Amino acid sequence: MRLRGGFFCAMPRCYRSVTDAEYVSDRMTTLPIHPATTPHAVPAPAPTPQSEWRTLRGTNVGDRLYRATLTALALVLPLLLVTLLAELVVGAWPAIKRFGLPFVWTSVWDPVAGVFGAAPMIFGTLASSLLALLIAVPLALGVAIYLTEFSPKWLRQPIAFLVELLAAIPSVVYGLWGIFVLIPFLRSYVVPPLRATLGWTPLFGGVFYGNSLLAGGIILAIMIVPYIAAVSREVLLAVPASQREAALGMGATRWEAVWTAVVPYGRAGLIGAVILGLGRALGETMAVTMVIGNRHDISLSVLQPAYTMAAAIANEFSEAVSDLHLAAMFEVGLVLFVVTVIVNACARLLIWRVARGTAVGSRAL
Amino acid sequence: MSVAMPPMQEERPQAPRAAVRPTPFATPILDVRRYNFWYGITQALFDLSLTVPRQAVTALIGPSGCGKSTFLRSINRLNELIPHTRHTGDILLEGVSVFSRGTDPVALRQVVGMVFQQPNPFPKSIFDNVAYGPRINALCAERDMPERVERALRRAALWDEVKDRLQAPGTSLSGGQQQRLCIARALANEPEVLLMDEPCSALDPAATQRIEELMVELKQAFSIVIVTHNMQQASRVSDYTGFFYLGRIIEFGDTKQLFTRPSDERTEAYITGRFG
Repeated sequence: MRLRGGFFCAMPRCYRSVTDAEYVSDRMTTLPIHPATTPHAVPAPAPTPQSEWRTLRGTNVGDRLYRATLTALALVLPLLLVTLLAELVVGAWPAIKRFGLPFVWTSVWDPVAGVFGAAPMIFGTLASSLLALLIAVPLALGVAIYLTEFSPKWLRQPIAFLVELLAAIPSVVYGLWGIFVLIPFLRSYVVPPLRATLGWTPLFGGVFYGNSLLAGGIILAIMIVPYIAAVSREVLLAVPASQREAALGMGATRWEAVWTAVVPYGRAGLIGAVILGLGRALGETMAVTMVIGNRHDISLSVLQPAYTMAAAIANEFSEAVSDLHLAAMFEVGLVLFVVTVIVNACARLLIWRVARGTAVGSRAL
Repeated sequence: MSVAMPPMQEERPQAPRAAVRPTPFATPILDVRRYNFWYGITQALFDLSLTVPRQAVTALIGPSGCGKSTFLRSINRLNELIPHTRHTGDILLEGVSVFSRGTDPVALRQVVGMVFQQPNPFPKSIFDNVAYGPRINALCAERDMPERVERALRRAALWDEVKDRLQAPGTSLSGGQQQRLCIARALANEPEVLLMDEPCSALDPAATQRIEELMVELKQAFSIVIVTHNMQQASRVSDYTGFFYLGRIIEFGDTKQLFTRPSDERTEAYITGRFG
């Protein structure tokens, strides 16, 4: 520590009084009592603390290098996104010029005549994802709630592990399973009763051939359950025990405690989990294209074939016959990109809206 | 549960000291009989026997880990939710065992309210926080809810501070206000007994004082059992005090007497600050 003006200011008098009495112990002789070293005589130190800071900062090369590297790395991802978007726009430009905005709401897809409209694929993508969410959210939330609140302890890890294992299965395997197991099962056990009871609604009309929006939605649901369940479980585990105790202490049953205290507390995180699943469902390609039927048509009935944007790109891109067809595929990719961004933006808004007050997981999302 | 009308304040029993019961209360609200409690193989409470008088504040003091909170959470059977716990003995509420087959723990917890160490309001509006208990227990119609919420908030001395912002989130209040909100939430159920597990340990002295004043007011209508680490607090607010040590109840009796003339030397050592 450096002694500077001010530190000794209050002291000189008592030192002097000691020295004036000519009593100086061994220890005291080492103290700076000499008039030249007393604070009043010492000039201000030449290098001010500020300038010292500057030089320190200027000389630290490693720090600057580290900072520059991290900045560059942090900028790479947004840059990649922008490049991707630019590439899509450039590739799709002939189609954009030719069809304009009606591309997204016309339904004709005729590579031979060179007329393209992506409405059926946009519809199919959204409808299959929505259907998947309708099936997967209750299932995944049920798994998460069971595992965190109700299951015996020894069962938690094995079930959580098995559910998460579902995420490790390649999607083409899901597609095969869909063709050979799910569709025959739907055909013989699920669709007949559905048609018998709800066949009069437009949602379940028409002939069921097997490949359909329903099959695609179910496959997607199975694929996104592990994501939603795993994240929901983490969110529910993070809800403090005091919230459960508060509810139970008020006379809530365990079921009421879960629905009125635990789930509302984690609602932002739970919505985040659903959005994660939705993002996956929107972009999923292989399994869906194997079971959804790949027909350019909008049908309200979930029993009818449909098409998704991702499936169309996978199927037709390598077989595009003309430049315009290729450009149309690019534009489908662009639309998929934009739809995903819009869905995620809406989801983020939703999370912000419900995350007011304290809610688990909202900060992480 | 069928519960008898609590007697008026002036009927508070005066110490039949020489009677059969060693404790001086004729009609206790809680009667604990040879209660033992285990977490797994670890015994936490040993052979507790005491009676908690009605319409009074009963403080439980003792060093950390001596079983005060465990005992408190046995009264409303919150401990049951912890796996691998068991108990022997009995706790009677108004003469009815809380452990009997006919006692629904959910109904029990409505009659025995609890306030926790950390304020734990739900992330809902102030109104919904207080209305939580009456709603899940279907205690009153939704149209009567504002009245009930106001009464609970007034009793918890919070009404004047929040009456203009009942729709604000409960978590937006200060720590002391949050704790009073939690008290209001417990009172909205109109419980017989209010258990308070170190309700002031997370609060500053001013908020603590408000809660202490509140307790003295609330004992007109409720029987309060409070666990506290703070002996001054126990001597200020409570009418009766129990000293817990290593899972046993060492001494239980009138607060003034326990603090001035403790009969057990361990109690004396604790209240004079020689350990704990």
